[in-house]
Amino acid sequence: MNWLTNFVRPKIRALVRRKEVPDKLWIKCSDCGQMLHHKAVAEANFVCPECDHHMRLGARDRFKGLFDDGVFAELAVPAVPADPLKFRDSKRYVDRLKDTRAKTGQDDAVVVGRGRMGGHAAVVACQTFEFLGGSMGMAAGEAVIAAARAAIEDDAALIVVTAAGGARMQEGILSLMQMPRTTIAVQMAREAGLPYIVVLTDPTTGGVTASYAMLGDITIAEPGALIGFAGPRVIESTIREQLPDGFQRAEYLLEHGMIDMVVHRHELRETLVRIVGLLRNRDTRMSEVPDIEAADPEPVLPEPEIVEDDAVAVEAIPVESDVEAPDPEDDTVVEVTATDEGEAVDPPEAEPDDIEVPVAVEPVSGDETEVEVEPEAVVDEETPPVDPELEIPEPVAEDGAPKRPDA
Amino acid sequence: MRSYLEFERPIAELENKILELRQLDGDGDGQVDIEEEVQRLQSKAHQLLNETYGELSPWQKTQVARHPHRPHFTDYVEALIEAFTPLAGDRAFADDKAMIGGIGRLKGRSVMILGQEKGADTEGRVKHNFGMARPEGYRKAIRLIRLADRFGLPVVTLVDTPGAYPGVSAEERGQAEAIARSTEACLDVGVPIISCIVGEGGSGGAVALASGNKVLMLEHAIYSVIMPEGCASILWRSAEKAQEAADALKLTAGHLLELKVIDAIVPEPVGGAHRDRDRAISAVGAAIDAAIDDFAGQTADEIRRHRRDKFLEIGRVGLA
Repeated sequence: MNWLTNFVRPKIRALVRRKEVPDKLWIKCSDCGQMLHHKAVAEANFVCPECDHHMRLGARDRFKGLFDDGVFAELAVPAVPADPLKFRDSKRYVDRLKDTRAKTGQDDAVVVGRGRMGGHAAVVACQTFEFLGGSMGMAAGEAVIAAARAAIEDDAALIVVTAAGGARMQEGILSLMQMPRTTIAVQMAREAGLPYIVVLTDPTTGGVTASYAMLGDITIAEPGALIGFAGPRVIESTIREQLPDGFQRAEYLLEHGMIDMVVHRHELRETLVRIVGLLRNRDTRMSEVPDIEAADPEPVLPEPEIVEDDAVAVEAIPVESDVEAPDPEDDTVVEVTATDEGEAVDPPEAEPDDIEVPVAVEPVSGDETEVEVEPEAVVDEETPPVDPELEIPEPVAEDGAPKRPDA
Repeated sequence: MRSYLEFERPIAELENKILELRQLDGDGDGQVDIEEEVQRLQSKAHQLLNETYGELSPWQKTQVARHPHRPHFTDYVEALIEAFTPLAGDRAFADDKAMIGGIGRLKGRSVMILGQEKGADTEGRVKHNFGMARPEGYRKAIRLIRLADRFGLPVVTLVDTPGAYPGVSAEERGQAEAIARSTEACLDVGVPIISCIVGEGGSGGAVALASGNKVLMLEHAIYSVIMPEGCASILWRSAEKAQEAADALKLTAGHLLELKVIDAIVPEPVGGAHRDRDRAISAVGAAIDAAIDDFAGQTADEIRRHRRDKFLEIGRVGLA
């Protein structure tokens, strides 16, 4: 570590830091077509207030809705060789990667957060569809492996939120090898006796479904999510017949016994907390189980990995502080076209308005070592959540589930 | 009647000429100059074959890997496995003819052998669904792999599939889950798993059987995350660009050895496995037998750890 990385770099970064352009004031629901105020949608965890459609969202937005008080530490994922195949189609893969990184503010499709959920230690690996179709390449594989290792270290529940067209074609066979590699990650977590819970979101297909996404101890899907091995287009062109109604949707999979439950995003956190609690409190009588909020009176955030080496750019940022800078003059509508270039093995159908929420909350630069971390103080002190608006909406369950260990 | 691939046309012409000359000779008086001519043409044909197969492009290899006369699972089993006892069914839904397996002896040693069968003729191809297994096929594989584990039998998998079957019923019965669990079973067991890609290694449908301690590959076989046609239609938006996609995907045995995804290449006879099936089959048998020997005396834990470390190292070690 030298003065350059230590001092100059962060400053420069602060200078060149992309301004969060308020071009996301309005978004259009891809299902009902309703124009919606971005902030309202974000507060609703990107569920359309009009039609209940579950929109796609980035990893960091997802984490805020899952972790206690939206507080998490992002895990540093080991770097992988860039473009080992020197792949080029109409565009060079390295350029595609660079563009996507700039657009999403993520290094790759899978981001790993560690923190607490209902007081329980949890590591969540979350896939972002907006990043080259969420495709699983070497970086995603390493992220899942790193997540499993972190879960073992923290004795935490391992949760994976999937969203991907499949394996990343541009990494060829090396992306296919992530199927056995991520499977090993799941096995490691299992051997350590940790619950491994999968949340399937729209869409999850191809090599991702055919590896870690279908190996959960418990498998949850979001309503309406497209889930399958082969994408509908591939199947249609193979069998040349009309696909059944609701084919490959979450509810269809539930009907066919392929998943445990379909859970509304507003109830997802509560459901996960309940499941982890039930699975992990086996030595305690239910009546003795303290309620979730007090389950661990002194939750300690796992040491953020990033401080261990020369990772200097530990930014303490209040969650979503600068995302919403509503500029009344700018009411640009987000029109994002489906970027299906990254879709891999079996791409899901690409609706023209496929991706409705391209939110890169924190403009993280391409630097791998840079990780955002919540100030630890937030956890120990009685400080209220950084952004109270980010509290996930109360679950609609009649019995106030967060307090029901006796369910 | 030999069937030729498009790029083999010059070879085909020579060989047809040789045939014609032979026929001429057959009716006639055994003229010496015909014999000489035949020999000349034969050595020319051989040289051409050697040259052509010495520098096959990835797309040409794709065609060789799919050659209808290339030895398939059943051919290997017939030639290599004594006392082969096929085992059927997944105990839940059906017996998938695209995935065949059973116990038998390879060079005197009891093994579990399984793999996809593509079928040799039209009827066979339909029966075996062109080597595209359904969930019940993968669940049969899981059952057999775990059975082998219980009795300490090495597992041999011969991979030859364009991919797992993409269809409504396959999806309904959990194709993805079956593949994931099959990969998991390969990685779980305490017996050595030796996989050989003998034809097409098509994506997840292949990796479900090829997550082994040793992964061998026939010289002209291919192994890829997606078949070139599929890749071309997605990335180039035209299946016509399959040739370019095949180049880009680096799906040949040579490339995969460089990337350290496979452990060894099994050389094929000149002109491909379909030209001398017996030699190709016995080369595969010998390579598999030697690979099993490597694990003699190892404990279940050692074997499991070996496999795990091997896969975890892929992409981390030895890449530029």
